[in-house]
Formats: sequence, structure tokens, C-alpha cells
Amino acid sequence: MSDPQDKTAQPDATRRTLIKGAVAAGGAMGFPFVHAQEKITLRYLGTAVNQDKAIAEKFEKDTGIKIQYIPVTTDDVTKRAVTAPNSFDLIDTEYFSLKKILPTGNLLGIDTKRIKNADKITTLFTKGEVAGKKVGDQGTAPKKVMYVEKPDAKTFAASPTQFMTLIPTVYNADTLGIRPDLIKRPIESWKELLNPEFKGKAAILNIPSIGIMDAAMVVEAAGIYKYPDKGNMTKKEIDLTIKTLIDAKKAGQFRALWKDFNESVNLMASGEVVIQSMWSPAVTAVRTKGIDCRFQPLKEGYRAWAAGFGVPKSVTGKKADAVYEFINWFLDGWAGAYLNRQGYYSAVLETAKAKMEAYEWAYWMEGKPATSDIKSPNGDLLAKAGSVRDGGSYEQRMGGIACWNAIMDENAYMVQKWNEFVAA
Amino acid sequence: MRMTAWLQATPFTLVFVLFLVLPLLLVATVSFWRATDYELIPAFTFQNYLDVFNGCSNTDELCVTLKTYLSTLKFCFLVWLITLVIGFAVAYFLAFHVRSVGAQTLLFILCTIPFWTSNVIRMISWVPLLGRNGVINQGLQGAGLIDTPIEWLLFSDFSVVLAFVHLYTMFMIVPIFNSMMRIDRALLEAARDNGATGWQTTWNVIVPLCRTGIIIGSIFVITIVMGDFVTIGVMGGQQIASVGKIIQVQTSYLQFPMAAANAVILLIVTLMMIWGLTKLVDIRKEL
Repeated sequence: MSDPQDKTAQPDATRRTLIKGAVAAGGAMGFPFVHAQEKITLRYLGTAVNQDKAIAEKFEKDTGIKIQYIPVTTDDVTKRAVTAPNSFDLIDTEYFSLKKILPTGNLLGIDTKRIKNADKITTLFTKGEVAGKKVGDQGTAPKKVMYVEKPDAKTFAASPTQFMTLIPTVYNADTLGIRPDLIKRPIESWKELLNPEFKGKAAILNIPSIGIMDAAMVVEAAGIYKYPDKGNMTKKEIDLTIKTLIDAKKAGQFRALWKDFNESVNLMASGEVVIQSMWSPAVTAVRTKGIDCRFQPLKEGYRAWAAGFGVPKSVTGKKADAVYEFINWFLDGWAGAYLNRQGYYSAVLETAKAKMEAYEWAYWMEGKPATSDIKSPNGDLLAKAGSVRDGGSYEQRMGGIACWNAIMDENAYMVQKWNEFVAA
Repeated sequence: MRMTAWLQATPFTLVFVLFLVLPLLLVATVSFWRATDYELIPAFTFQNYLDVFNGCSNTDELCVTLKTYLSTLKFCFLVWLITLVIGFAVAYFLAFHVRSVGAQTLLFILCTIPFWTSNVIRMISWVPLLGRNGVINQGLQGAGLIDTPIEWLLFSDFSVVLAFVHLYTMFMIVPIFNSMMRIDRALLEAARDNGATGWQTTWNVIVPLCRTGIIIGSIFVITIVMGDFVTIGVMGGQQIASVGKIIQVQTSYLQFPMAAANAVILLIVTLMMIWGLTKLVDIRKEL
């Protein structure tokens, strides 16, 4: 942590920066000065997936600050951030949404000096590397939208600065989910999603900006076209991708399209669908029902996503302190371990590791066979002793990223074409 | 006297202006604005309307908008027809076959029981019934009637219409029942005395006298189906287009002007249908 005295030495030092420096120092030293005052409630806007009751309860027990969840869909998080920035104190959104939110000026850059573990955030976010190796950065890779020059900037900084747009919470690499008991053969490529063998038994995401990325993975895997950047297509490329989807739909390939977590779980668990683009915890959810389901690694790699906490500019004073306290608490290990046990990855691995059992860490993060039964945070059995996590270790999985969820420059056109696909 | 009448009408007028007329005007205004990914620009343009009908001059294949409206109108017609027949039959039974008022009330309450839970739950409860491995398919397979599961039971036009009928028949029953209860029973006796068969009585006496109820029920059903996107989404496996769904997707991507333009067009189409229906009967006179 830097010394706040540095700041006063700068020529532009004013009373304001002095105060800021003092606050930063307070934050750096352990941030407990909101304690023992009147109860604060933080309104936490995000998708339902990350908003876990246990996390809010544990945080309130540790600090006395209440968390009030506002669960909405990914699209609605963006919508509210743009249209109603006063309706929440803390936003949990995906990095790709930033391209829409940041230009409105409703988010403030987060001062990393106030974040205790800021320098321990995984290099995947800060440099786009896993274990020193560059990963795919097609689409809205977090490192492209991670920093701003100053807190109220409306454009992204090209290189790392003191101010982060979002502090990463959870992230993962998505691939296809399959029902091995109903498919009965190895699945190795994204192109299987549109293989007529699974006619009427496939499903794809109906969130256009994510669904089109899955479609692009299929198009490339099938050798139809190679995109310069799947996450930022030209109109022609969008036309081609949507046409591939429409042809498949007309041939009866899709049983359904899904938009939220539970829909995908139900489609898979009921056997309506045997192959679909899927989220890792959804696969876990199907498995806890006792149904065989696999989060299938594919040779073309993964489509990654990442979410993080942002601070709206409307939050000031004690509330802002409480927000920073929550973010610091979140990176401190307990929440990270909790999320790791659900199959997500946490932003600061070191602190999460300290809160996990060695056999859990080996199973979830190192890709080693479980030495005892692996249980979810609620105590459901996820994997028997001896089994290995799909996709292997953290480095194998996150190192295999092919592209990131994205907002394209031609977003409006893409949405229009996506509606065409739905109507076809 | 005059003053009091105006005063009496004022509260409702205010509510009406504030919560219906103003928002509608706002929607209409925004539909002529431009927008980027994150802001609305109040500059007048017809572009949104042009975009809605983009590609509609193509004669090879219908454009998205026309295709979507055709699909929505198809559901509208099917649902209207089926709810009308069922609604009329149920109302007829309640009004003319159930003699005691107590039994009538009881049966009427029975009809409303499904409304004690939310629309979405009533819809979703069809899924385990109609699915590939659902109750119906398993039953039929168990009975040896079919070898492979019937696929079109779920996520199809069939399941959408089924859910609509299940959800909205009540909106037909109530106004038709209401009209039937006000029919002077002496007219039915007179018809019978003059030798009319049951069918003739129904067709020549009851149906014309229930016209108001039928039209009101039809307006309910048509406006609901025209704007619906949840039922079509859930029961159609999200892959059947509806105008409401397009508007929802556009608003969630912050394309408010486009969504507003679509909403204005939808409103005009629906109003035209209602206008057509009210031409068939003067509701104000009949009530």
C-alpha cells in the first residue's frame, strides 16, 4: 500500500486530495471504521446467480452491514445502470456491459488504493495472462475495459492505472453442456451443437450478445468461416452467423432457446435437450439432481465471461465506505472459497485458497482427482471421491479461452438480426 | 349540477391522463428519436419506422415484422375462436342449466381458482405434463399407443395455444355469463312455445342477445394475445416470434426508439382490431 504522504508532496495537492489520501489510508489499514454506527443497507444490483443468501448473511455477521439483493437479468442490470443509476449502491455486472454503462458517466472508477487485495487480483484481468501465458482476447476481454485514467472518466484507459472500472468477483469459461447418458459418444467440437444427429434436442442461449458468440464458435469449428474477431463482427459476418443459425432452426435443430439459468437446468434435467450451450454452475445444478451431465471441454476452447463490482457515482460518504468495505470483504477469501466451491473462479485466488480444504483446492483448481467426496456449499454431493473436474485445472480451463462475451460495434444490427433468427 | 358532474369525472380523468395518455405520448415521441447504445438523442427521424419495416419490400421472403405480425395474428385468431366456443359453452351451462344461485356462485368461484396463482406458474405447470418424457408421453407409451414420444406437444404452436386458452378463457366466460344473466327468461319460453329447437333458440335468441358480452370478451382476449410475450416465450421454447418479444429484446438492449416505434405500430394494429369489433356492436348503448 502506498503512503498517503506521497500525495501531499504532489504540486496539485489540495485539501481535497489530502482528505482523499486520508480516506485511502483508512481503507488500506483495515477499513473497519464504519462499524458500530447506525445500520447501513447496501442495495446490490446484479444477476441472481451471484447473489447468494449465505454471502449476505456472512457479511452482515462479520460487519453489521446489510445487503439487499436486487436480482435481475444481465440485460436488465445494464438497463438499470443506464436509466436508473440512483436505484442501487453497488452493481455487479459483466465486463462486456461496461461499453454501454461507462460512457453514461454513472460509474466511478474504483480507487485501487482503497482495495486491500488489489495487487493480488489474478493476472487474467490485469494482463490477460494465465500462468504467464497470454489467453485469447477476442471480444470484450476484461483487460481492455479494466482501467480508467481518472475516477469520472467516460473512456477506458489503454494501460493499467490506479482506477479500476470493476473489481472482478466471479468469472468462468463456458462450453457446451451434454447429457453423456443420452448421447453415448465422445463430443469434441463446438460444431456438434448444430450436428443434425441432435435434431430437436439442441438448445442455444437467447441472450443475443452471448448466443451469437456460441454460434460463431460453431461456425469456426465447422470450417465455414474464420473471424478476425468473433467479438466484433462486421455486418457481413453477422449475416453469415445468423444465416447458419436460421438454417439450423428451419431444419428443426433446436428444441428451445433459453434465457436464464433455471431454464437451461430444466431443459437438460428433463431430457428435452441433450446438448446446449451451458453455464458451469447450471451443469452442477443438473448433477445435484442425480442426473449425469457434463461440462464438455472442446478442442476449439472456451467462451469466457467475467463479472465484477462497480460503484455508482451517486454513492457517497458512509455508504461509499460501506461499499468499499464489502468489496474488500469479498476479496478476503470467504466469499471466494464459497464461489470456487460452486464451480466459479474467484478474483483473488490466494485468499480463497486459504479458506478451502486442501482436497477441495486440488479438485476445483488443480484438476486433481478428489481424495474425498466433493460437496456444494449447501452440502449436496457434487462429485464422488476419485472423480476429476471437467476441463481440468484452472490453468487448463482459463488458459483455453478462445473469446470473451462481447458488445459489438454493430450491436444494434446484431440484435435486429437476432430477432430475425427468433422469428424464422 | 353541471359543475358537480365535471368534478366527479375529474379524479378519473386525471389518473387517465397521467398514467395512460402522457406515457403514450412519450412513447410516440421517443419513437421519432435517435439513439446510441447509451443515450437518447431528441432529434426527429423516421428511421425507426423505416427500420421496423426493413426488407419488407422483398417479395421472396416475408420480412421479420410482417412474419411476426402474421404469427401473432394467427395465435390471436385461434385463441379467440377456441376461448369463444369454450367460454360460451361454460357460460351457457352456468346461466341456463344451473338453477340455484348458490350453485352458480360456487361454480363461478371454481372457475377462478386457477387465478389464485401467477400466470407463469400456471404455464410452467404444463411443461412436465407435455414434455418429451412428460406424463402424457409416458402414459401413451405405457399404454402401447405410440413408440416414440410425440414432440409437438411442447415448445410448439400447439402448446402456446393450449396455454393461452387455459389462461384466458375466463375473460370470455365472465362477460358472456353477465350478458346471459340479463336475458329475460320469458324470451326463451316464448321461443320454445313457438316450436324452436334448442339449437334455434341458442342461435337466434341467445347469441344475438349476448353480442355485447362476446365483443367485450373478444376485446380482452385479443388485446392480451397481441401484447403477450411471456406465454409465447415459455410455451414456445423462446423460438416463436411475437411483437411483444421483439419490443422486450429491444428495450433490454436500450434501443428505446426502435422499441417505441414497434409499440406504436402494435398499438395502431390492436386499436384497429378493436375499432372493427366495436363497429359490430355499440357497447355504450348495450351496457
